Amino acid sequence: MRSSKLKFVVGGIVVVAALSWLGFVGFEESKAYYITVDEFSAMQADLQGKTLKIAGDVVPGSINRAARPIEFVISHEGENLTVRYIGRGVLPDTFKDGSKAVVEGRIAPDGTFQANHIEAKCASKYEAEYEKRGT
Amino acid sequence: MSDFGNFCLLVALCLSLYSIFGALLGARQKQDRIVRSAERAALAACASITLGFLSLVYLLVASDFSVAHVANASNRDLPVLYKIAALWGAHDGSMVLWVFFTGLFSGIVICQNRFRYRDMMPYVIAVLMVNLAFFLALTIFLSNPFNQLVEVGPDGATTPFMPADGRGLNPLLQYWAMIIHPPVLYVGFIGFVIPFAFAIAALITRQLGDTWMRTTRRWTLVTWLFLGIGLILGGKWAYVELGWGGYWAWDPVENSSLMPWLIATAFLHSVIVQERKGMLKVWNMLLVTACYFLGVFGTFLTRSGIVNSVHAFADSNLGEYFIYYMILVLAGSLYLIFDRLPYLKSERSLDSVISRESAFLFNNLILVIACFAVFWGTMFPAISEWAQGTKITVGPPFFNAVNIPIGLFLLFLTGVGPLFAWRQTSVASLKRAFLLPSLAALLTCAALLALGMRDFYAIACFTLSAFVVVTIVEEFYKAARIRGKNTGDNFFAALVGLTLKNKRRYGGYIVHLSVVLIFVGIAGNAFNREATRAMVAGDELEIGSYTLRMAGYEEGETPNYSYGRVALEAFKNGKLIRVMKPEKRFYKAGDGQSTTEVELYSTPREDLYVIFAGISGNQQSYEITVHVNPLVWWVWFGTGIMFFGTLITLLPDGRRRLYALRPSAEAVPALQESMK
Repeated sequence: MRSSKLKFVVGGIVVVAALSWLGFVGFEESKAYYITVDEFSAMQADLQGKTLKIAGDVVPGSINRAARPIEFVISHEGENLTVRYIGRGVLPDTFKDGSKAVVEGRIAPDGTFQANHIEAKCASKYEAEYEKRGT
Repeated sequence: MSDFGNFCLLVALCLSLYSIFGALLGARQKQDRIVRSAERAALAACASITLGFLSLVYLLVASDFSVAHVANASNRDLPVLYKIAALWGAHDGSMVLWVFFTGLFSGIVICQNRFRYRDMMPYVIAVLMVNLAFFLALTIFLSNPFNQLVEVGPDGATTPFMPADGRGLNPLLQYWAMIIHPPVLYVGFIGFVIPFAFAIAALITRQLGDTWMRTTRRWTLVTWLFLGIGLILGGKWAYVELGWGGYWAWDPVENSSLMPWLIATAFLHSVIVQERKGMLKVWNMLLVTACYFLGVFGTFLTRSGIVNSVHAFADSNLGEYFIYYMILVLAGSLYLIFDRLPYLKSERSLDSVISRESAFLFNNLILVIACFAVFWGTMFPAISEWAQGTKITVGPPFFNAVNIPIGLFLLFLTGVGPLFAWRQTSVASLKRAFLLPSLAALLTCAALLALGMRDFYAIACFTLSAFVVVTIVEEFYKAARIRGKNTGDNFFAALVGLTLKNKRRYGGYIVHLSVVLIFVGIAGNAFNREATRAMVAGDELEIGSYTLRMAGYEEGETPNYSYGRVALEAFKNGKLIRVMKPEKRFYKAGDGQSTTEVELYSTPREDLYVIFAGISGNQQSYEITVHVNPLVWWVWFGTGIMFFGTLITLLPDGRRRLYALRPSAEAVPALQESMK
């Protein structure tokens, strides 16, 4: 009786340990610092070589789809950042002037930000245009 | 009409509060009359919610844009079906659907048990109504879809305002799977309140046999099924509508529905151990609490804006209240479980590691770890920000690193579990049982290696799949042959008879089979290929055994949107299989959102997935992205089988009748076989 319980506990520990190790490796591989454009501007020096996720609003008119790679500017709290999209995936439909974007990538040697993944969400809601109050 | 809807919800809130009070008072004073009145109040609350729900449907269909939710989520030219679906197209409206389902389920449970479990029912009603009142209060006071638009004048005075047209339903949501995905998923989230309510009632009344589990078995199964199907429909939507070529991205909102599903899967299995062996009683209480808790937690994640996601609703101010409620749920149920520990003693202990119990235990352990890993990865940005001040996100590599091995281990257990006997398994019987499945697995593995496959996880997955499929087929085959001999039926009649006689077991095997199919589909991901090119008429693009030739471009218009689409002739091994027309749509309502309509050529072997990404720059070429995704078809097909298998386990049990008839002498062996 005892020994079978012990075996189960040992087996359990082995499983948990193996998965924790795998999880740790995966974590190191995919962790990214999530910051906004203004935070990025403030601490740019410390972020060299790290994977970053930067959030900001796409500056209207800044998307240059003719360029290879595609270039655009995101901004937050008055700070701007030029982003080059070097990923292979199709840009999401929600990515357009004024949308809220999160770009994932690294700082390139020439100082521009190279993104290989972009998420975007439409910003506007009706309430932004008309004041809403309860009945 | 919006006042009426508002009124209905308020009435329902009052009734549900009265019902909580009445049920508890009635139980305390042992006055069935008061409990009955609480019961009626609860039913009236459900009816009132239904009216509120219908009035919102009416407002949407009538396009009354003076109501903020209608103006935000619908527009005049939207097809009627989408107008109704707009009810759950934005946060506040979807809350009404949520409380509607909650009310509906509570009502059904109360009606079902009008004459049963009279001592437990007051507490069941109280828990159900607390749950209902919480969500009703959130809907009414914090995200009321019946709010009306007003215009604020320069002097601050407000006048009612009605825009000429609504902003329209987000075009990305205009897809069939998206119409049914939220309701299906809501059923899956909400349904856990019922086993939870019975568990709490059992704890309070100290009736801790397995009655509470048996009564709610169907609820648990249906909830689990809906949650699973909801998950897959969400994946199907992402696959077809988002146009990035995949169906699962470990997005926080996807994760928030995966977590309760994992725990519910664990619960479905551990329930069997408690019913058969009287073990794991505390564990089951914890699991059912976790199921309900994670359902609420998932709603919190989706609606509080705490995590970023394509699926999430815009930020709302509900977060705080959810946290209070979750603390209440957790503290209350943990206190009760702790307090009733003496009643939850195990009747047996584990005999051997090589036993059915042990396989179930490992299954549970693994599923809970998977859930924990998903939780950790999803919440890590919030946790790290709280602990260190920096938000650190983790991506798919983390989730895959943990969950792929877990998935494979589960697959392994799916295969070996049924081969193990309860308590202890003899070496001889193990050898016998493992022979054929192992042989099949080895052959599969060798064949794949010979064919040049080198991806470790994919090979492991296919090998284990072969193992599991053979064990399941063997189980059916052996039992059907015995039954055929005993009853004189032919093999197929015996197969059907067998399944119907022990629906839970053989239905379960069918579900296992469906899981294997889904796993095979997922393993196909290892071999995905893609290519992107700017093409002009006559250009060709080659990928795998396919060739795509650009044939032309056309533009057109519907009342809802205008579109541009390219025509691509798709050849497979030089033979024309189809002209594919991926589309780019520009919706008229709102601010001119565009969507990418994927064109799919789907076969069991692989999907040819074509996207028209846009017209590129000045040279008038068309940007085409092509994915070849092997085996995706099996994910959807497997889900269908899962639905079918679960339906079988849900069929009314004939077992009571089986016992009533005295088994004839020759039926006994078959009976024993089917009970094993």
